[in-house]
Amino acid sequence: VSQRTYHHTFENGLTLLGEEMPWLESAAFAFLIRAGAVHDPADRLGLSNLTCDMLQRGSGDLSNREFVEALERLGIERASSVSLAHSSYSGATLASNLLPTISHYADLLRRPQFPEDQLEESRQVCFQELRANQDDLAQRTLERVRQLQYPAPWGRSVQGTAEDVAAISIDDVRQHFQRWYNPTGSIVSVAGKINWAELKDHVGQLFADWSPQPEHVIEESEGPTQQGQILHDSAQTHIAISYPSVPYRHEDYYQARAAVGVLSDGMSSRLFKEIREKEGLCYTIYATVNTLRDRGSVICYGASSTERAQELCDRTLHELKRMEQGVQETELDRLKARIKSSLIMQQESSASRSVSMAIDWYHLGLIRSMKEVSEAINSLTAESISDYLKRNPPKDFKVAAIGAKALEVSV
Amino acid sequence: MKFRTHKLDNGLQIIAECNEHAYSTSLAFFVSTGSRDETPEVAGVSHFLEHMVFKGTPTRSADDVNRELDELGSHSNAYTSEEQTVYYATVLPEYQNEVVDLLADIMRPALRQDDFDSEKKVIIEEIYQYDDQPPFGAYEKCMAAYFGKHPLGNNVLGSVDSVGAMSPEAMRKYFEARYNPGNMTLVACGNVDFEALIDEANRHCGSWSQFETDRKTNRSEGHEGIQRLQKETASQEYAVMVSGGPAANDPLRYAARLMTYSLGDDGGSRFYWSLVDPGVAEYAGASLNEFDGDGIVMSYLCCGPDEATQNLERIGEIQKDLDANGITADELELAKSKVCSQLVRRSERPSNRLFSIGSSWLLRNEHRTVKESIDAYQAVTLNDVQAVLEKYPLSKTMTVSVGP
Repeated sequence: VSQRTYHHTFENGLTLLGEEMPWLESAAFAFLIRAGAVHDPADRLGLSNLTCDMLQRGSGDLSNREFVEALERLGIERASSVSLAHSSYSGATLASNLLPTISHYADLLRRPQFPEDQLEESRQVCFQELRANQDDLAQRTLERVRQLQYPAPWGRSVQGTAEDVAAISIDDVRQHFQRWYNPTGSIVSVAGKINWAELKDHVGQLFADWSPQPEHVIEESEGPTQQGQILHDSAQTHIAISYPSVPYRHEDYYQARAAVGVLSDGMSSRLFKEIREKEGLCYTIYATVNTLRDRGSVICYGASSTERAQELCDRTLHELKRMEQGVQETELDRLKARIKSSLIMQQESSASRSVSMAIDWYHLGLIRSMKEVSEAINSLTAESISDYLKRNPPKDFKVAAIGAKALEVSV
Repeated sequence: MKFRTHKLDNGLQIIAECNEHAYSTSLAFFVSTGSRDETPEVAGVSHFLEHMVFKGTPTRSADDVNRELDELGSHSNAYTSEEQTVYYATVLPEYQNEVVDLLADIMRPALRQDDFDSEKKVIIEEIYQYDDQPPFGAYEKCMAAYFGKHPLGNNVLGSVDSVGAMSPEAMRKYFEARYNPGNMTLVACGNVDFEALIDEANRHCGSWSQFETDRKTNRSEGHEGIQRLQKETASQEYAVMVSGGPAANDPLRYAARLMTYSLGDDGGSRFYWSLVDPGVAEYAGASLNEFDGDGIVMSYLCCGPDEATQNLERIGEIQKDLDANGITADELELAKSKVCSQLVRRSERPSNRLFSIGSSWLLRNEHRTVKESIDAYQAVTLNDVQAVLEKYPLSKTMTVSVGP
């Protein structure tokens, strides 16, 4: 498949990425703005999240309802979210509606009204999210293991704390916006039935005069000591296990990714086969690569009823440690087949390409073509992965659990 | 884009939407069976059987099935609902024959005792997993309360007791009553070689013997009421509301779907502007669920426990207002724009489009192109929406709420 991808970095630092997929009717976009939760002041945890909500309460000449309805008329399916590194605003629509949509987002990102009389509403939205998060035991277990794995602020919960959210003022929101919503390090990625030249002109008109702000170095610290286990009266014990790995930009990334694939991709992968299929110990079990820019980890999740959770934990750790002994050629062949079809099938989805390109740019400062990825995957051998695992055996495990009975963890 | 159909002598229906430019091929067996076809003694058998189908056949072990699905690079899975069990796989077009062979073979599972025993544990873990996650059983309890004795109120997963007590013999009996080729449809979408599909289907499914399958599709009476259940460990209150709606073959379904967008689309709707935007609810939404011979409008709410009573009152007022006054012309236009854009985008992937084609055939015996569906939505008038609300008033609702 021949790909047509483009990139352009405007003088102010904003990067526009594009992929022309003329066989589609749709176009999808994603704005990644540097306003991630790692930039929340230590006494205002949750500020990025609240700012993201406030940003959508009126911009340019439109009230929030007028804004939403204008997008609805253009048939946009929209989403916004805050991660540790970014606040992102994405959407998809019919390609013919793309340019007017981007214009609306220029208002949103550059000319929010921040109506003070809606601050309470935004705060309540954040409280709702905090409480709903309390009920999501799997999510909480994963958050907890990240806190154990990474130094602060990289283990933070994006939603912050109720105390801090309660203290946020409209000035906090405005200052946060001033500091972090700007073209420096921001990415807009668009894929689908687009015309690159036309798109570049349009984005240039809307964003080229946006003022940059200085780069910023994040200070890390040990952060508060966290308990790995939380007792909770639930039917299952939710277990998350992590260990250090390499980041996306590392030359060994594909070796590490393939090793996790052998563990967790597909129904013949080790965790699924050995723990779910053979032992019936759980319904859900998986491992994923979690990558920051300069370091990464593997995070594994599973859940089992209280009485069987210890066995689940022990068996999972056993499988993780067993990786050190290497992988089989047949395991790798299956993985290659899955990756090959995933790569080709990405061509069916403008949304998936727009997000993929943005992630590439954030981590690598370039777009990895399907050809490059495919060559990197093809060059993997069972020996190369086994060699990587010998050099980097899974170890230094962190274990988090939420359930009715504490686990005994020996790692 | 070409729509093709063929029926094998034993009644197995094959349908395909073929697009030679697609990058992938999606294939599925849709079996017209689910929890509504179960008796109480075997509650959960449809779903348990769905798991057992991946556990091997007389010529393949469970490991073989999983390994081969991965070797083909397939993205495959299955699901069970109240009235469908669907097994699907998406592959690169070059693997079409191999995946048909595999999917067809597993439609005649071995149901071995040891596989049955180990998979039973997985199902019980799945039931526990749902117990731990929002909305903490509110969906199942509301379906049961609304449908009463009508089988659409049956819980898809069954219970720890019903699954725990189930035998392979009972499952086999159910299988033999439901997995009749005449009750199954082989659905394909994307880059499909239709002639090869017929040949492969004939080779692998042609010998399946034909028998009678039936299902009662009378409409439920639909109960009203309100139930509150306690879950002490919950932080939020979760409510599910069910009222009547048009059945799958009712032409009013287009108007009903647009109405539910105006009522409860999560990006902008009556619920959104009165509950989510002001921050009094974390989530509030509504959707239309169509069944064979029946239909419901389902609404959901997640909010702080202190706000629940007031929010349910607000929802009651919105429902009454819609029943009395319908939606506005502007709301109808917004709903059309959202639904039609979504329809085009979601149809771009054969792996999504597959489900629309399959369900439409199972429920209505018809195929509609994306364009025909868009035209049907565009033709909906305010009078049609009014007709839906008169026939299926939103305020005639069953509510089940779970919280601390």
